[in-house]
Amino acid sequence: MNSVKNISMKGKIDLFLKQREPILEDWKHTYYLWRSTPLAMIGTVIIVIFLCIAIFAPLLTSFSPTDQNMNERLLPPSSQHIFGTDQYGRDVFSRVVYGTRVEVWIIFIVSIISIIIGTVVGIIAGYFGGVVDEILMRITDMFLAFPRLVLAMVLTAALGPNLTNTMIAIALVDWTVYARLGRAEAMKVKSQPYIEAIRAIGAKDFRIIAFHVLPMSISPVVVQLTLRMGTIILTAAGLGFLGLGAQPPTPEWGAIVSDGRSYLVDQWWITTFPGIAIALVVLGFNFLGDGIRDILDPRLRR
Amino acid sequence: MKLGTYILKRIFLMVIVMLGVATIVFFITHIIPADPVGAILGGNAPIERIDEMRHQLGLDKPVLLQFFDYLRGLVHADFGVSLKSNRPVLTDIINYFPATIELSIVSMIFAVIVGVVLGVFSAIYRNKPVDHFSRVFSILGVSMPVFWLGLLLLLLFYYNLDWLPGGGRHNLFIFPTHITGLLLLDSIITRDWIAFWDVLRHIILPAFVLGYASAASIARIMRASMLDILRQDFIRTAKSKGLPKRVIIYRHALKNALIPVVTVIGLSFGSLLSGAVLTETIFSWPGLGRYIVNALLVLDYPAVTGGTLFIAFIYSLANLLVDISYATLDPRMRV
Repeated sequence: MNSVKNISMKGKIDLFLKQREPILEDWKHTYYLWRSTPLAMIGTVIIVIFLCIAIFAPLLTSFSPTDQNMNERLLPPSSQHIFGTDQYGRDVFSRVVYGTRVEVWIIFIVSIISIIIGTVVGIIAGYFGGVVDEILMRITDMFLAFPRLVLAMVLTAALGPNLTNTMIAIALVDWTVYARLGRAEAMKVKSQPYIEAIRAIGAKDFRIIAFHVLPMSISPVVVQLTLRMGTIILTAAGLGFLGLGAQPPTPEWGAIVSDGRSYLVDQWWITTFPGIAIALVVLGFNFLGDGIRDILDPRLRR
Repeated sequence: MKLGTYILKRIFLMVIVMLGVATIVFFITHIIPADPVGAILGGNAPIERIDEMRHQLGLDKPVLLQFFDYLRGLVHADFGVSLKSNRPVLTDIINYFPATIELSIVSMIFAVIVGVVLGVFSAIYRNKPVDHFSRVFSILGVSMPVFWLGLLLLLLFYYNLDWLPGGGRHNLFIFPTHITGLLLLDSIITRDWIAFWDVLRHIILPAFVLGYASAASIARIMRASMLDILRQDFIRTAKSKGLPKRVIIYRHALKNALIPVVTVIGLSFGSLLSGAVLTETIFSWPGLGRYIVNALLVLDYPAVTGGTLFIAFIYSLANLLVDISYATLDPRMRV
């Protein structure tokens, strides 16, 4: 204790850096792998642009995404409205731009809800095993027995189609993935000697799960989360397109595509641009996901 | 575990899961805030009329009693009567289901052929133009929204080029005979080549749109699995024996590389049924997915319940078959 107090400021910094060296090394290595995986880089760039658009939406466009202007209905792309206008005279570009906020919000909320339900169910099942495991996994199987979109759309329709309920519904469909993953991880972790040790000291189940099993099981779950973000957007857009997701005038991309459906032949721009936006963002997440998979599993990297 | 025991155990588990699925569907459609009676009668209906309707539908009974009535119905394959079409839901499902199955089968055939061929070539000609093309094709396939791709292809091939029809299963003036309900098969059985050609033209676009994502994931797995096999010792042995490349690839590598693809095909079936909902909506395809969507939009809850249960049943059945065939091939899977 005394020796640390007596050394100079520079010495302290050196000591700090020395202690952090393995972590720093690890970061450097990750950065190197990321740099050498072009897919991951492209994916990251796309997602960063996507997030920037969501943050700076009001700076990118001067038109409101929801105000109608009947004098400017169905205008083709021009210098003023670069993506044209829709049947209510709304600027398609600003609808797509403000749509990024809706999509980010969807990804964020769905991820949080589904990861909480999923890891809680999964870790409890994996940790306790036996009857608890059997019951929880059969419940998971029941949710997995539906094709994703079908369950999501029945849930949204039942809760009442709007943005909040869409997010709840997608989360209720998506948690099963994390439950299975969390269970497998918890089963691996719980048989480790250090869990045995803290149990011998007298730690209770709750403490072991919350402070020892959970932190060790969470990283594959988080990786899986990035892999699934593209799917979340596609499901939300599919629901919006069917009229069972976000309701007009919310600028959700799937709903905008659906708006333009009846004008497809002569006013192609209403449908085309939001579709490109969805495809690009999902592509970004898929690139990033593939890249992460490559980094984590070098065997697949060819 | 013996194969017979394994199959029995899986069937038993499926019965339990289906019971749970029936419960989930019932509670989603009965405890929810949405009001089906209001949706049917409109907001201004007189109160007596609403009560009468509720009584007619059995909605005035306690929820638990409704639940048992519903389970009793299911045992007799009775899904109730659709509020919109006034036909038994089961009759509707039997009418709509063959369209979905035909579309899924054709998409799956397309997906398997395209996926396997692209995957194999991609692996053999790694980092050559074929490989790059195939990888771009795959990544686009899993990224593009199904409904958007469908609309754009409709715009191109129907409105602009007028090469293919714009929706439905067949031309209004051509009436294929219904035997199995699978129109391609029916028109072959009756040797009605005009109808066959017409039905084929109608199915090309929806099958492509629906199968694209599956083709993409199959191509990906096929490529990875093929590359894995090509690096193994027995392939080197085959090479050093002097076997021609063609024999090595088709007789030795391909056979082994196909095994993981079987799993992906099984898994793809679920996304296929999800995609079918969107594809059927775009191409006015009279299938079960569109039936459920339309039922949801008017809150026709017996139809929703029946349709959803039926789709979940088919999906579980497909998974069961995949698992059983896998267990037959590989005894290690029987745990």
